[in-house]
Amino acid sequence: METILAFVIGALYAAGIYMMLRRSLVKLLIGLGLLSHAANLLIFTVAKLVRANSPVIAAGEQTLSTPHADPLPQALILTAIVISFGVTAFALALAYRAYKSVGTDDLNEMKGTDV
Amino acid sequence: MNLLLPLPIIIPMLAGTAALLAYRSRMIQRWISVIGSGALLASGIWLIVEVERNGIRAAQIGNWPAPYGITLVADLLSATMVTLTGIIGLAVAVYALATTSAAHETVGHHQLYQFLLMGVCGAFLTGDLFNLYVWFEVMLMASFVLLALGGERGQMEGAIKYVTINLMASAIFLAALGLLYGLAGTLNMADLANKFSNGLPEEQAGLVTTLAIMFLVAFGIKAAIFPLFFWLPASYHTPPVAVSAVFAGLLTKVGVYAIIRVFTLLFIQEPGYTHTLILILAGATMLTGVLGAVTQKEFRRVLSFHIISQIGYMIMGLGLYTPLALAGSIFYITHHIIVKSNLFLVSGVVQRLKGTLELKKLGGLYQSLPGLAMIFLVPALSLAGLPPLSGFFAKLSLVQAGLSQGQYVIVSISLLVSLLTLFSMMKLWNETFWKDQAKEYENAQQPVNPGEWRTMFAPIAGLAALTILIGLSASPLFELALRAGEQLMDPTAYIRAVMEMPR
Repeated sequence: METILAFVIGALYAAGIYMMLRRSLVKLLIGLGLLSHAANLLIFTVAKLVRANSPVIAAGEQTLSTPHADPLPQALILTAIVISFGVTAFALALAYRAYKSVGTDDLNEMKGTDV
Repeated sequence: MNLLLPLPIIIPMLAGTAALLAYRSRMIQRWISVIGSGALLASGIWLIVEVERNGIRAAQIGNWPAPYGITLVADLLSATMVTLTGIIGLAVAVYALATTSAAHETVGHHQLYQFLLMGVCGAFLTGDLFNLYVWFEVMLMASFVLLALGGERGQMEGAIKYVTINLMASAIFLAALGLLYGLAGTLNMADLANKFSNGLPEEQAGLVTTLAIMFLVAFGIKAAIFPLFFWLPASYHTPPVAVSAVFAGLLTKVGVYAIIRVFTLLFIQEPGYTHTLILILAGATMLTGVLGAVTQKEFRRVLSFHIISQIGYMIMGLGLYTPLALAGSIFYITHHIIVKSNLFLVSGVVQRLKGTLELKKLGGLYQSLPGLAMIFLVPALSLAGLPPLSGFFAKLSLVQAGLSQGQYVIVSISLLVSLLTLFSMMKLWNETFWKDQAKEYENAQQPVNPGEWRTMFAPIAGLAALTILIGLSASPLFELALRAGEQLMDPTAYIRAVMEMPR
């Protein structure tokens, strides 16, 4: 499973960087989104994939039953997803506004419009 | 739980929320912004006094013991940075009253400003790396909106570059966090430092250095070190002056703070590799920044390039990695935040009067405003490092630390860069204040009413007075910086404060 995910993560990074190198503003944002997905999956994979119990103390027990999954990486990923959701929403609004006020979504043509 | 530690985060949060609730009244928002920033400064001073008396303070939020809960830690470096945030927060909040347009105020300038301060203080106080990521994002989100607020044509290019590069840095930071968690099973900085200092298995030690470089890249983008600085001069000259002043003073310094924190606490296994690399980058950052500034012909662009070259000095102290050098870095950050924000504030006055910041269209301001011309010289000469101003002592301690380590190359680069900084500051002064206004650009100065004038002038004069004060009382302040540097060099006190604190 780790091997498959490693390839998926690699493909996501490659696709993200490829998209960021395109000239279109929207593709740039898609690339950024792919990068954050890749990072989230990376956290998920690195924190060990185990077939195990959920990290909840069962009724009547005092401790966790081993082996159990580590809940923290999922909490980290969830936080990161929420943040990237907000940031992506802002970035899309910014891209639209830039398109409206500069009149192009081509990053090459946008160069030097800041004077 | 120690209530003092969350205070610098809670105050701007409450102020920002209160200002949101008062969205109907610009007047109330303005008062909330100034009072909130003033309270932040007070809490920063309280914090620094407390840490100075009782050593490193830590608080476990929600009473979960470290390393499980979220930890806030204040050592002398953090407390100093929070106090500086308060100083700049207050100065710029007052300045913004006169310079921020009504349109910007009604769409949320004051609220975003408070949330920006909250993110900055959170990043300085947190003791957990993932929490640091979250505070970075809080700060970035507020800064994104402040940078693009108004949505004018000229702001867009800079805003897009700034957003893109910062999101890229965040993605690298997040990936590094994931790998670090997989390696160590914790992200609490004190716990990580503890694990690293007890020695890692052979095959993991190499990965730690890889992670160190990933963190250096992620924070280096935010701090604008060589070769990751291109976004900064592309974006800092576009927003309203009050915004770019607080960006120039505080935001890159959050990156520098993060670099100093992780490279004194966590990644100290291979200083021969990592810290030498930082030293080389410091030299390159200083040189490219100042050479960039020499070629620029717009007031705020010149200042933006100088931010980069000054960042080089701050991480030079880290690269040398001795208590004296770190003290030099901390003193330099203190001096730089005050001086650089002040220079941007002066540029705002010039823009207000002349309607432009193109150097060839400026001139003759010495005739009408000799006072402003003189006050500009205080931060400008301090930036270049002339005694008895604050910059002189900051550079002196770094040079001394470099000489005692036998690092003659970096010392000579830093002295050369000082000279070029002086040249560039004199260029700004000559072009703006001293030379006669060129005939073809002559236009009437725009009128400024006295109340507005006082509001703009008070923070500038206050920060200039502070610059002189730091220069005159350099000795006690340097003592403090030296103790902060010693705290950084010996992480055991930090680890003990977090891991063994009573609940």
